[in-house]
Amino acid sequence: MLVPTVVLSGIGLLAGLGLALAARAFAVETDPRQDRITEALPGANCGGCGFAGCGDFAGAVVRGDAKPDGCPVCDQETRRLVASIVGQTVQDRAPQVALILCQGGDDVAAKKYRYNGLASCASAALLGGGDKACSAGCLGLGDCQRVCAFGAVEMTPSGVARIIPARCTACGLCVAACPKDLIKLVPVEATIHVLCSNHDRGPAAKKACTVACLGCKKCEKSFTGDPRIRVADFLAYIDYEHAPDDPALAALCPTGSLVYRGDAAPAAERTT
Amino acid sequence: MKFSGGVHPAYHKDTAGLQIEAMPLLHRYVVPIAQHLGAPGKVLVAKGDRVARWQPLSEPVGFVSVPVHAPTSGTVKQVAALPHPLGRPMLAVEIESDGEDRPWEGLAPPADWRRLEPAELRRAIQAAGVVGMGGATFPTHVKLSPPAEKKVDLLILNGAECEPYLTADHRVMLEQAAEVMEGLGLMMRVLGVTRACVGIESNKPDALEALRRACPADVAAEFTLLETKYPQGSEKHLIYALSGRRVPPGGLPMDVGCVVQNVGTAVACLEAVRDGLPMTERVATVTGAAINVPHNLRVRVGAPLLDVLAHCGGVTPDVGKVIFGGPMMGIGQFDMDVPLIKGTSGVLCLRDDEAVLFEGGPCIRCGACVDACPMGLVPSAMGLIAERFRFEELGDWHILDCIECGSCAYVCPSRRPLVQHFKRGKAEWRDILEERRAKTDRDAKRAETAATA
Repeated sequence: MLVPTVVLSGIGLLAGLGLALAARAFAVETDPRQDRITEALPGANCGGCGFAGCGDFAGAVVRGDAKPDGCPVCDQETRRLVASIVGQTVQDRAPQVALILCQGGDDVAAKKYRYNGLASCASAALLGGGDKACSAGCLGLGDCQRVCAFGAVEMTPSGVARIIPARCTACGLCVAACPKDLIKLVPVEATIHVLCSNHDRGPAAKKACTVACLGCKKCEKSFTGDPRIRVADFLAYIDYEHAPDDPALAALCPTGSLVYRGDAAPAAERTT
Repeated sequence: MKFSGGVHPAYHKDTAGLQIEAMPLLHRYVVPIAQHLGAPGKVLVAKGDRVARWQPLSEPVGFVSVPVHAPTSGTVKQVAALPHPLGRPMLAVEIESDGEDRPWEGLAPPADWRRLEPAELRRAIQAAGVVGMGGATFPTHVKLSPPAEKKVDLLILNGAECEPYLTADHRVMLEQAAEVMEGLGLMMRVLGVTRACVGIESNKPDALEALRRACPADVAAEFTLLETKYPQGSEKHLIYALSGRRVPPGGLPMDVGCVVQNVGTAVACLEAVRDGLPMTERVATVTGAAINVPHNLRVRVGAPLLDVLAHCGGVTPDVGKVIFGGPMMGIGQFDMDVPLIKGTSGVLCLRDDEAVLFEGGPCIRCGACVDACPMGLVPSAMGLIAERFRFEELGDWHILDCIECGSCAYVCPSRRPLVQHFKRGKAEWRDILEERRAKTDRDAKRAETAATA
């Protein structure tokens, strides 16, 4: 009993000593600031900053390859902390949330052909822009849902993607993933949105989808001489810097593409 | 020589015996500005303009660009984004015919190609808007302008027509044999080559015989009857079958001293020079079980599909799919408002029960696609990788060598949509390469700044 105990303990001690020496000899020098930044970051490793994870981003900040406010997920306080670690300051910025500028589900939007290929929007988009008759519409195959690290994208029963604002961290991965460029980051407190991206003339847009923006300018005319909503190229745009907050506006829209969401501004429930 | 891989689909060359028939003049044509690979031209006409037949509607912008021309005389109804056979609406000129078919006064005078310099011939071919008529529509004058360091010594005339159903090239070879061979001579003069090979699949011995008989004494051409196997008409496989040369991965035929041209292109080049006529028509096969009267049609570019189908007796009630091109690589159409364009070698109408959409199953690793791939790739592995969105691994499997011939999907017992995976995979892999290149550039620049600082 004694011999094996002594032998094994000996082996353990020797191996431990070896490891300790190796750790000393082959130690990788890291900037202590990198570790402090990594600790401060959310740690979700979502990749929204464009780097391979929080550690990689922290290294990039220390090296000067990334701006200290480059993490789109963390809150303002964390951004300030990260900046102070590398001796910089950051501008305050309004919290944002992703928004899908389409509500054309199968119940309202026409299809131009039957698609039965790979269930991915980018694949479908290669075939004449996808199966939706609308040239801009959501293809509903969930590329945005697949890239979201926070489970903030859901598919409605009619097959169009929708952001769950409470989970969205505005990391922007879905914005990059959408082959139809339908997703935009907007201020969290904004209440009125144009949920359409179709630039076709009214009759063509209406034929493709019943909730399309027709470019009729009814909303624009309610703000004469004011840039808050303007129509360009048959599509209405909200100027989110001076976004109006008026539920009555949505009633002006004949198709329902102008939407009021008074309840859509809960503070994002951060994963940190 | 035989290439490895390939498949033997049912050929259905039912229209091979039908003479080419000229389509009557229509009252309306839609001529897309982009009918070739490369930069679309600049539009020269506006709504309300009167145009004459063969009048240019656009002018090329840059070298890899060709003009399009009016198929008949009439009035420009609109210049707008209109349905295009490639799927997305594209800029097109709609012309309402005046029924006079009045020719344009500005046509180039007829010329003898044997007396013109290669540079003049190239200019005439570009001005006539000639593109490869096999379907890829690459501007012909570009293919006929190899850079000085690439020595081309062999011109290959492609009469393989390996796509099932299509017989347009076959009829051109039979009915316009003399013009095909003259056109071949013209292209040999442009390239300055003394040797030409004509490759035709073994199911068209009559075409080979017709071309051999029509060959002028001063055109040195060798004639070869090739194995009937899809994709025999693919550039790389035709070159290998006729010369034993292998185009390197990522390379062009001119890297091994070859240029390949389609038989229809040869005729178009000849007409551009001999008659001064721009390319405003082509021969297209309208066939399939769902068309009432199949035809080999000489159709003007821009003819609306519905008019072409109506001329062929219309489609049967059980039509399930209309394809531009052949069944292997053709493009299914969802909008019957599209026009026939320079690259439309055929219109294939399939019945509902022929055009079944299969749900792709899982890969069973049987390897049938590996045997069928004429490029020696491993479609099974590539398909599994692409399906899992691991696009960064596709480079190791040489995804960019895939010619999208569809042989793998044709033999797959699980009916997997392999070609679709590869089309997506190629696009993603190209993006990845682009990103890596940008990153390398950035790093190099940073290292430079660091060094100077």
